[in-house]
Amino acid sequence: MHIAIIGNGISGITAARFIRKLSDHKITVISAETDHFFSRTALMYIYMGHMRYEDTKPYEDWFWEKNRIELKRGYVEQIDTKGKKLTFKAGDTLSYDKLILATGSKPNKFGWPGQDLKRVHGLYSYQDLEAMEKYSDGLKRAVVVGGGLIGLEMAEMFHSRHIPVTILVREKSYWNGVMPPEESEMINREIYRHKIDLQLSEELDEIIDNGQGEACAVVTKSGKRIECGFVGLTAGVSPNIKFLADTGIETKRGILVNEHLETSIPDVYAIGDCSEQREPKPGRRSVEAIWYTGRMMGETVAYNICGKSVAYDPGIWFNSAKFLDIEYQVYGDVRANQPEAHKMIYWEHPDGRKSIRIIYDEDQGHIVGFNLMGVRFRHEVCEKWIREKTNIEAVITNLGLANFDPEFYEKHEAEVVNIYNLQSEKKVSLKPERSWNKVFAFLKS
Amino acid sequence: MSQVQKSMSLANPAPPFTDTIQKIAAAVGGIGLLFMILALSGNGTIQNSTWLFTSLSLIMAGTVIYSWRAYMTLPEGIKNNGVWFSSLASKGLWGWVLGIVLTGFYVVLYWFPQYLGLGGEDAANTGLVAFFDPLSRMLSGNSASQWFVYGTLYTVAILAFGIKFILKYRHNKYQIIRTISVMFFQLGFAFLIPEIMQKLQYPYYSFTNMWPLNYYFFYDWNLNTLLGAGNVGLFMLLFGLAMVFIISPTLTYFYGKRWYCSWVCGCGGLAETAGDPFRHLSDKSLKAWKIERWMIHGVLVFVTLMTVAVIYSYYTGDRNVLITKPIAIGLIVLLGAFVIAIVQVNKKDINLSKDKLSLLISGIVGVIVLLAVIAYFTGSFVIDGGLLRSWYGFAIGSAFSGVVGVGFYPLMGSRVWCRFGCPMAALLGLQQKFFSRFRITTNGGQCISCGNCSTYCEMGIDVRSYAQKGQNIVRASCVGCGICAAVCPRGVLKLENGSVDLQNKTTELKAIHIAEGDVRIL
Repeated sequence: MHIAIIGNGISGITAARFIRKLSDHKITVISAETDHFFSRTALMYIYMGHMRYEDTKPYEDWFWEKNRIELKRGYVEQIDTKGKKLTFKAGDTLSYDKLILATGSKPNKFGWPGQDLKRVHGLYSYQDLEAMEKYSDGLKRAVVVGGGLIGLEMAEMFHSRHIPVTILVREKSYWNGVMPPEESEMINREIYRHKIDLQLSEELDEIIDNGQGEACAVVTKSGKRIECGFVGLTAGVSPNIKFLADTGIETKRGILVNEHLETSIPDVYAIGDCSEQREPKPGRRSVEAIWYTGRMMGETVAYNICGKSVAYDPGIWFNSAKFLDIEYQVYGDVRANQPEAHKMIYWEHPDGRKSIRIIYDEDQGHIVGFNLMGVRFRHEVCEKWIREKTNIEAVITNLGLANFDPEFYEKHEAEVVNIYNLQSEKKVSLKPERSWNKVFAFLKS
Repeated sequence: MSQVQKSMSLANPAPPFTDTIQKIAAAVGGIGLLFMILALSGNGTIQNSTWLFTSLSLIMAGTVIYSWRAYMTLPEGIKNNGVWFSSLASKGLWGWVLGIVLTGFYVVLYWFPQYLGLGGEDAANTGLVAFFDPLSRMLSGNSASQWFVYGTLYTVAILAFGIKFILKYRHNKYQIIRTISVMFFQLGFAFLIPEIMQKLQYPYYSFTNMWPLNYYFFYDWNLNTLLGAGNVGLFMLLFGLAMVFIISPTLTYFYGKRWYCSWVCGCGGLAETAGDPFRHLSDKSLKAWKIERWMIHGVLVFVTLMTVAVIYSYYTGDRNVLITKPIAIGLIVLLGAFVIAIVQVNKKDINLSKDKLSLLISGIVGVIVLLAVIAYFTGSFVIDGGLLRSWYGFAIGSAFSGVVGVGFYPLMGSRVWCRFGCPMAALLGLQQKFFSRFRITTNGGQCISCGNCSTYCEMGIDVRSYAQKGQNIVRASCVGCGICAAVCPRGVLKLENGSVDLQNKTTELKAIHIAEGDVRIL
């Protein structure tokens, strides 16, 4: 059996690796972007000089031949799902028995005038990185549009090269659609601390053409004009599915799949950013453009193709990011505006660069989620607590088990317990246990 | 990605403009170095203690002020911007120049010390060595040797660049404490105490330098010196033995080899401080790892054989080790068993199929049998202990640990010696792998495979390959510097000690697979 995979990102590659582990099927991975799999999340570090492109490849180049995963560089223009044949832009064709679509996302464009000019780019692909590099030469200022994770990454990239950068954020505070107010405010402060020009409540209205088809300035809805030689569009991403228009594969925002990641056409599967769950699991969105969901879908589709029926289940929500120098981790249900039933403990370090937010159900008393800034928590421990609906007092009593900060770091668990005691007028006391032995015993229990 | 300006800066991120204070600091350090060059060129007027202390102070002050301005003017956090754009730190022209200069310095230091001004038996020191005489007389009462010059500069480098490292990682308490530790052990235990011991008429002895890194510990002259120095000498001898057989195994059991390699050891100390700007240059390929394992364990076997021969000679007074048939056969079998054990233990990593593995092992067994048969029929034969000793001293003690070990910092990273050559690292590494509570744990499914951890691992460990599988990291070579955990943008790595899972530290316990138990780690 020949399995063709379109896309060599984390989803497609994970699918290929697991199919190889489970079977001897012929595997071909197709990409128009690069010859080899690289970590998309590391693009920013190449620009910033932390790593070279080759350092972002999780597998050495010999890996593919050794594991009999064929790599094809090419852009798929047509998919004939009846004849099970792909046609490439170059004119050549490839037959398959099963097809996995893992084509990722593309940056959102909301019909802004000038959005397709030169010097206007998102940050998603290797080609976007090349464009940023190309236009950085002699660049006087860049404007980044959008207040999400990628926007700040792009701003950090220019900032690292000492190129002045302005971030336009429509909202009143950074990422406040996702982050609770205090954390959102913390991100604002961190951006200002790095002397990056963050402009809140400013929305892009138009990108100005310099007369040669290149962006030279932006104008905001408030009428402000900002001269710039590069415009970064980072107002989210959406599934990259345009090329599927005539294939008969059913799409909505993304390629619609059931829980076995099957599309509406037999023997065609879709995974990762480009896919849309018909019935997402509770607490999950139908399209999730996240690294680990791509990885999980890749593994799931491999099982389903190799004869073992497995439903896709990403489990309890988690994620992480880094806002300049502040790390962020989230486990479970944390919202910008918590529902009434959710009560919380919020501790913030006096320096305003660390916080722990613990959310629990007021009536039932069980833990719901953790939101962490500048503090690392252990994924498995948090997940177990949330999954088992552990009581908030049991959680904070053993909070040391969750800590994942390096040795000798300041401990903040006692302060969290204090806040809880003050809020609830109780006298919960913290257990000092936090060693690996205790964690191990807890996870095995 | 090539339009970027290559800079000469050792501080990352390279400042776009060096400010006035930094220019002055660079000049101050430069003047300090100039004094040394003047002394080397035989300028007699500056051969006194005032000039020496001025020179050393200027070098220290210049380095510290420069890095203060580089880091303290920026928000605290990871400072790897522009590392790969730096000519000095990414094998550009300046990297090669520095590599050649350092290598040249070591060649002169080891084999042509007269060019540094080392005097003969009757002749006084001149040049650079004489420049350090005042400090040496103050500490030990003797005039300086080339080793004293080297030791002083080495200590100054660890102190100055140690402060730079602390400023760079001022947000990270593990890094701060660890760096203070290497600075303390270098200044006190490796530099001052041995010198002062000499002034007090005791043997030169560094308490933190143990066999097999200190390969001459069992040499006749060292044993004689210690045994001839009364109770203090005896204490030193016993302490040295206790380090190898009790203290080190105990500490390694509890904390991994990091207690030594990145907290105490002088070689590690220099690598962690002055070598820090080059840590990312270590080769992360599987091939490099294979070479590393053969080389470092080869050196361990070499130093063990050499030491056995040396001790034998010490007791028999015979330079040659006479080996009788039973001993020869015993040794061959022992050595073979050792090799097979290494192959067995590493079979997962060396990626051999079962057939090939059996072939390899039967090959080794065949060679052992053949050698044993030859030994049986040829009768007794001799190992020239003196020859082994001089070759070890030349090839490993000088050429590898010194010339290559530091000279190649700008070309192969800061841990070339620790990774490929150090027998101490090999020994501690074996224990770390099989009998230590230390490991690096990974944080569930948070890894995004970005590669920062692997890139900044000075030992060339592909940390990411474990982290992205959610597998804990147990590697013989890991020195526990903690930089992987520091540079990780997602909080995935943590250095931990624990005894509950001593025999299966790498067993999966992770939330990253959708169907646990069905898929083996590959």
